Formats: sequence, structure tokens, C-alpha cells
Amino acid sequence: MALTDDGAAPVAAALTNAGPAIEARGLRMRYGDDDVLKDVDLTAAPGEVIVLLGPNGAGKTTTIEILEGFRMRSAGEVSVLGADPAVGGESWRARLGVVLQSWRDHGNWRVREMLAHFAAHYAPFSTADRPRPRDVDALLETVGLSGHARAKVSSLSGGERRRLDVAVGIVGRPELLFLDEPTAGFDPLARRDFHDLVHRLADEEGTTVLLTTHDLDEAEKLADRILILADGRIVAEGSAEELARRVGTGSEVRWTQDGQRFVHAAPDGTAFVRELLEQHGDAVTGLEVQRASLEDAYMEMVARHESGRTAEAAAALEGIGR
Amino acid sequence: MNRTAHLLRQGWASGGLALMASLRSVQEMLGTVAFVAAFCVGLSFMRGRAVEGTSVDAATAALPGVLGLSVVFTGVVATAMVLATEREDGTLLRAKALPDGITVYLIGKIVYAAALVLTTVALLVLPGLFLFDGLAAGLARGWPLLLGVLLLGMVATIPFGAVLGSLFDNPRLVNAVGAVPIFALTGISGIFFPITALPEWLQWIAQAFPVYWVGLGLRSAVLPDSMLSAEIGESWRHLETMGALGAWAVLGLVLAPWLLRRTARRVSGANVEKARQKAMQRV
Repeated sequence: MALTDDGAAPVAAALTNAGPAIEARGLRMRYGDDDVLKDVDLTAAPGEVIVLLGPNGAGKTTTIEILEGFRMRSAGEVSVLGADPAVGGESWRARLGVVLQSWRDHGNWRVREMLAHFAAHYAPFSTADRPRPRDVDALLETVGLSGHARAKVSSLSGGERRRLDVAVGIVGRPELLFLDEPTAGFDPLARRDFHDLVHRLADEEGTTVLLTTHDLDEAEKLADRILILADGRIVAEGSAEELARRVGTGSEVRWTQDGQRFVHAAPDGTAFVRELLEQHGDAVTGLEVQRASLEDAYMEMVARHESGRTAEAAAALEGIGR
Repeated sequence: MNRTAHLLRQGWASGGLALMASLRSVQEMLGTVAFVAAFCVGLSFMRGRAVEGTSVDAATAALPGVLGLSVVFTGVVATAMVLATEREDGTLLRAKALPDGITVYLIGKIVYAAALVLTTVALLVLPGLFLFDGLAAGLARGWPLLLGVLLLGMVATIPFGAVLGSLFDNPRLVNAVGAVPIFALTGISGIFFPITALPEWLQWIAQAFPVYWVGLGLRSAVLPDSMLSAEIGESWRHLETMGALGAWAVLGLVLAPWLLRRTARRVSGANVEKARQKAMQRV
């Protein structure tokens, strides 16, 4: 199931332009009187995996669609693989992979014939570094659809359909891959295979990946860097660990004392435990200390946001990742 | 690799694959077969009677009109339906995500529509050759003209289907808005009875649209001159036919690419998702 099935060059050679894969400054999007994006700054280095998190309506899809060149921005400077997506040509398009949120197209085509037909679009854009397209049968194997090669696309389950979408997204061996909620409808095994795939794309082929998800566990597993988008702004940025450390409630300490179970949230878990043991010594058993997770951080952020203290939340989180 | 040749090959493949997919689809096949069968049966009832004042079989005389109707219907309504549907289900967006995808898509649609028209025509003409007196003889002489008019008819109507398809958001609306006028137009376009039987103002309306001209052109290809008494001015009016269909073709070819590009620009993943949810609510 190797991705480098037909001799793609290793990572270093694959990347021709040294600049960032994505660079957006002061990105704004306005529909009527509604500001969907307010001053979003975003940079992605080649080979970096970036996860965009945020509640529904925060502007994740809009951001991705502007970068893909599917939507015109209202203001801001954007460069994707060295070109402005609003005017990117066909050879620029050939270097991108796109997996959108919802696709029901070509339902009465067969799985393999659809993938092979789309693959052939990339043939004129093949380079020595990046032979395009990928081998279709190997790719079907990779996404676990070999057994469905002759099935009608509309007969696939939600998760299978999504895997086919991912296959179409990477069939042109993209340098930059956009994935909008790619794992919706995946079972746990498919999800893990998908995570492996993303890691291999980034590690073996130097593919830059920008993906959105609602699954925080997924974000933690995949992301080199996480951006949390809320109300059209990036309110936090950093690795999962950094975000967890700087936001949220510190640590959660659980222990048993005199046959009773205690749970205590402490800003500084270590200090709390030291004090606890000094005071109660041997009476404390079953001690567990859990550092705040990305989920805690995210929930905290969303809770603050939803209780109407948006400005405060944004201000409090402003410092993160700087 | 030659990019243009590759584009044409891809477009051709796209149309071919879409056609194969339609052939496999029972629902779509039943639609086409029902359309063809209904007209074959209808024409069979007319068969054996000669058109008044001539020796031409009534079924043979009516067949060109039916062919004209199927050209226009496929060209306009089917193309419009396909476009509106494929905008909603993400096919157009998929084309946008692929390099040269929109160009391949459009070539594919033209190939597909042309194949659909030719299939329908073949399905109507082949049984007619055996069933309807004089058709074989007429075709033996007029088949180049028949093919020429079919081709021009498609060029005149397919772009208009594309225009209609990009104007309406909802495929069901296309059917209502597109199909009803086409059937009304068919009624006055000399397909089931001579246009000269109609009041003059209706004749003028009919002559403004391609249904009449495609029908006339096809009649001129298949029927003997003894049928001219039923035509306006007792002439096949070849020049006027070319002029009228040519004008529609030019207008469509100018409007369609511009509208399609505009439509393709506007479509986004969020639209597709919204449409999906709406479609699910309807079910």
C-alpha cells in the first residue's frame, strides 16, 4: 500500500518553490452585511499538516474555498503555491487536491471508471518530480475500494463514498491538499487508515495538507499546527499540546481518600499533588493526574464564545502561539 | 503530450462514459424507450392513409416532425435538466476542481447530447423504414440533408439548453418551465398537422423558434415535393431554414459559454451542501 507506487521522487526533490505553500494576510469575506471572515492570517509551510477547528459557521469552509479558488474574497492578500487562487490557471489547479464537504456527483458511473477518468485529467501536467496521475488500481487499494472497482458510485456507503472522494483528491499527486471534513461517516478502522494516509502524504511526498474537522482526537493526531477559528477570526494557534497547556483548566486530579473518590481541577497539577500528599500522605490512594486535553481547551474556547463573551475570549487567546 | 488533443479525447471519453452510464440506468432508458414507443405507436395509427391530395403515407409525412421534436426536446430540455441537476449534485464543482475540468465537462456534454439525439432519431427511423411507406425511398435520396439538418438543429438547441440550465437553480423548475413551452410550441409548429392550417399570427410565432425549422428541414429531406402544398409559400425554404437555425446557433453559442462560466464561478461546496439538505427535505 505504498504511496510511492510508481517511483515518485523523495520529499526534498518534490518541492520546487521554497516559499510557503499558503500565505494569507488580512483575509476578509463579507456576504451582504455579514462579515464571515474578519482579518484571517494563515501561513502553511511546505509539507506541513494544518488542521482548522471551529464551531459550525465559524468560517472554516469559506476559508478553504477561498484558498481553493472556488470563492472570491472580499479583501486581503492570498498566495497559494505562489499564485493568487482567484486567477490560478489550469497548471496551478493541477498541483492542488480538493476534497469538499459534500459530493454526490457521477452516481451512475462505476467507481474505477470515474477515478480513471479524473486521473487522466492530470496526465498533461506530469513532471519528473511528480509523475501524474497516480496508478489508479494502487490508489483504489490504498483507500480500500479495490473490491468496489466495478460498483456503481451511488451504491457506495457514506464512508466509502468519502474514501472515493479522498482518492480523487490525491489522484493527481497534489503538492497541496485541501480536505473539508474528510472523515465524516468513516468507521474507526477507515479513520485510522485515513490518518496513516495523511501522514504518508506529508512525510513521503512532502504534501502540504489543510483540513477541517469536528473530531478533536483527529486534530490532535494529524496536526503539526492547529488553528481555532471562531466567528470569522483565528482565536488560537499552536500544536495540540501548546493549546492544551495555555487554555483550559490546567489539570484534573483524582484520588481516593477514606474510601471516597475526589475530583479536583487545579491550575497547577504538580503543586496541588505535592500539597495533597504533604497533608494527607498515605491516606491518598489511586492518584490520577490528567493534563487538560485539546478537547478541554476547545470546549473552554467555544463555551466562552457561545456565552457571548466573544471579544473577551478572543483577547484572552490572542497570546497563544505567538 | 498535445494538450488540445488530450482535451478532446478526455471530453469524448467523458461523453461516452456518461452515455454508457445512462444506458445502464433503467430509469433513464425507460424514459427514452417510452418516448420513442409512444411516437412509434402514434405514427402507426396514421399509417396506411395517404395525405389528402397526395400519395404520401400520413405516418411518413409526420415522422420528420417527430424527429424535429425529439431533437429540440433533447437539445433544450434534457441539456437544461442535466446542467441544473449537475450543478446541484456537485458534478460541475468536481469539474472545477480538476485541471481543464470545465472544458472537458462541456465537450463531454455536447458529445452526450449529440449521442442522445442520434440514438433517439435512429430508434424512430429504423422501425419506420419497414413500417412506413415511402420513408426508405425518401431517405435514400435525402439522408445527407437529414444529417445536416439534425446537426444544425443540435447546434441551435444544445447551447440554449445550457442557457436555460444555468438560469434556473432548481432542476424540477427547469422541467416545468422548459418542457411546457416546448410542448406548446410543438403544437403550433406543423408537427402533427400542417402549419398552414393555423391562423397567420400563430404561424409567425412558430417561425420564430427552432422547432418549426428543424421539422421543415427534416421534411424537406424525407418527403417528395408533392407535399409542398402544406408548407408556407409552398417551398422548402432551405435558405430560410439555415438562416433561422444559424441565428439561434450563434445566439446560443455566444450566450452559453458566458453564462456557464458565470454559473461555474458561483457554485461552491456550501451551495452543494445546502442543495443536498434541501433535496433530502423534499424526499
